[in-house]
Amino acid sequence: MAEGVAKPVLEVAGLRAGYGGTEILRGIDLSVMPGEIVAVLGSNGVGKTTLNKVLSGVLPARDGTIVFDGHAMTGAAPETIVAAGLIHVPEGRRIFPNLSVEENLVLGSYRRGRERRAANLERVYATFPRLKERVSQAAGTLSGGEQQMLAIGRGMMAEPRLLILDEPSLGLSPLLVEEMFALIRTLNAEGLPILLVEQNVVQSLDIAHRAFILENGIFALSGPAATVAADPELKRAYLGM
Amino acid sequence: MLYSPAIVAEAVVNGLMTGAVYALVALGLTLVYGVLHIINFAHGALLTAAMFAVWVLHSAFGLDPYLAILPLAPLFFGLGYAVQRFVIGPASHGDDGNILLVTLGLSILIENALLAGFRSDTRTIATDYGFQVVEAGPLLLSMPRLIGFAAAVAVTVLLWLTLSRTDTGRAIRAVAKEKLGASLVGINVGHVYAVTFGLGCACLAVAACLLMPTFYVNPRVGNAFVLVAFTIVVLGGMGSIPGALIGGLFIGVVESLCGLYLGDSLGQIGIFLIFILVLLVRPTGLFGAKA
Repeated sequence: MAEGVAKPVLEVAGLRAGYGGTEILRGIDLSVMPGEIVAVLGSNGVGKTTLNKVLSGVLPARDGTIVFDGHAMTGAAPETIVAAGLIHVPEGRRIFPNLSVEENLVLGSYRRGRERRAANLERVYATFPRLKERVSQAAGTLSGGEQQMLAIGRGMMAEPRLLILDEPSLGLSPLLVEEMFALIRTLNAEGLPILLVEQNVVQSLDIAHRAFILENGIFALSGPAATVAADPELKRAYLGM
Repeated sequence: MLYSPAIVAEAVVNGLMTGAVYALVALGLTLVYGVLHIINFAHGALLTAAMFAVWVLHSAFGLDPYLAILPLAPLFFGLGYAVQRFVIGPASHGDDGNILLVTLGLSILIENALLAGFRSDTRTIATDYGFQVVEAGPLLLSMPRLIGFAAAVAVTVLLWLTLSRTDTGRAIRAVAKEKLGASLVGINVGHVYAVTFGLGCACLAVAACLLMPTFYVNPRVGNAFVLVAFTIVVLGGMGSIPGALIGGLFIGVVESLCGLYLGDSLGQIGIFLIFILVLLVRPTGLFGAKA
């Protein structure tokens, strides 16, 4: 959809990163346009989480540029990136297990959206009624699905201008996976651009506008989701068809 | 040996009052352990430094030890912040073993600097109220220790409220358990570490101000307190704020009663018996989370 005159929300060019002597990302070019769901797909260990860590400033890039909302973000600290509205809901949720559900959400607005904290809290509870039933429960005692909701709710508290979701369906029951993808579509329908990083190729391609297939640190395939889904090589490698 | 109930009661109350100040020293230790997951070996030396600061302010400017809380608590907060942010943090390179050595080195440095500056003499502060007593029914209570008790409890409650009700406090607790998650909501982990270390040092400064009207200072005095504080931290549960307060009060009473029944010189034997017992029977402490 939003190709053409609109400026990208996120533009990544020639990104390289790794740990120690190992290079994980070997030159990544990626953009997310306003209102888009962009899927980055690939199996375990191809560099999906590394890409997210670099985008959120937790891991430094070795080369390349990251431009978010027109601002150069290469080498920026995580708090600067959060303050700009690039919010990363990480793999494994990374909620604060010793804090209550409400405290987790409140900390979502630690760096951004603090003025509208109360209103956003109500909005998150409206989206996730199950969290409202558990406001004062320690987050570590929630079920996996509830923890994933909490992680996304915590991200929403920062009023994201781009939301990175890393493996949101990982470890959820098939029913909850359906629910999760429906939720991602709902969030996007309100205009929020989403970078969806997933192993779940079929369902991700189903809701994404564009998709990138990551293999060994480079994009092996990219394009509109429908085109990617129809690619014979992808069908063979990921869908077993 | 049997004492009259009044004497025993007085010993218990005295123990509670000493214990509250012990708790304050333990609070800094347990807070830093709970969040940074390191044992701060410089804790005792920093307490000694704070006690000397109280002494200097009193002897040079005539500043009352209790009023010295006003300049010293913020000063030691800043000092602790800077030490963690610019010395311990960068020197540790993320390795806990290094941090241990850095804080140990720091304690040697501080102790010897104090030794060079003040010699090994023991010094005290004379105040008008140093020997004042308050009558509470049949009990005679030392005025400065009563003030120390009230102030120590107040600081503990204040710290607890800060940790549970403010964004900074929530951030401290968040960083304690989930560093990556904290970074991703925009919490600067290095800053939070330094704030935590600063709070620990501010607790020491307050403890020093409360101790000086009835205690002495020499360049090694802090170590005795830290040994007791360490027992309290283990008893209360590593990282637990209520544990530090209750553990501190309990240890104070134990020391006082042991002193009464076994003689002053053996007062501390009970503390270390408890230390061994806790490690044998309940290594997570009273309020400690399972490892």
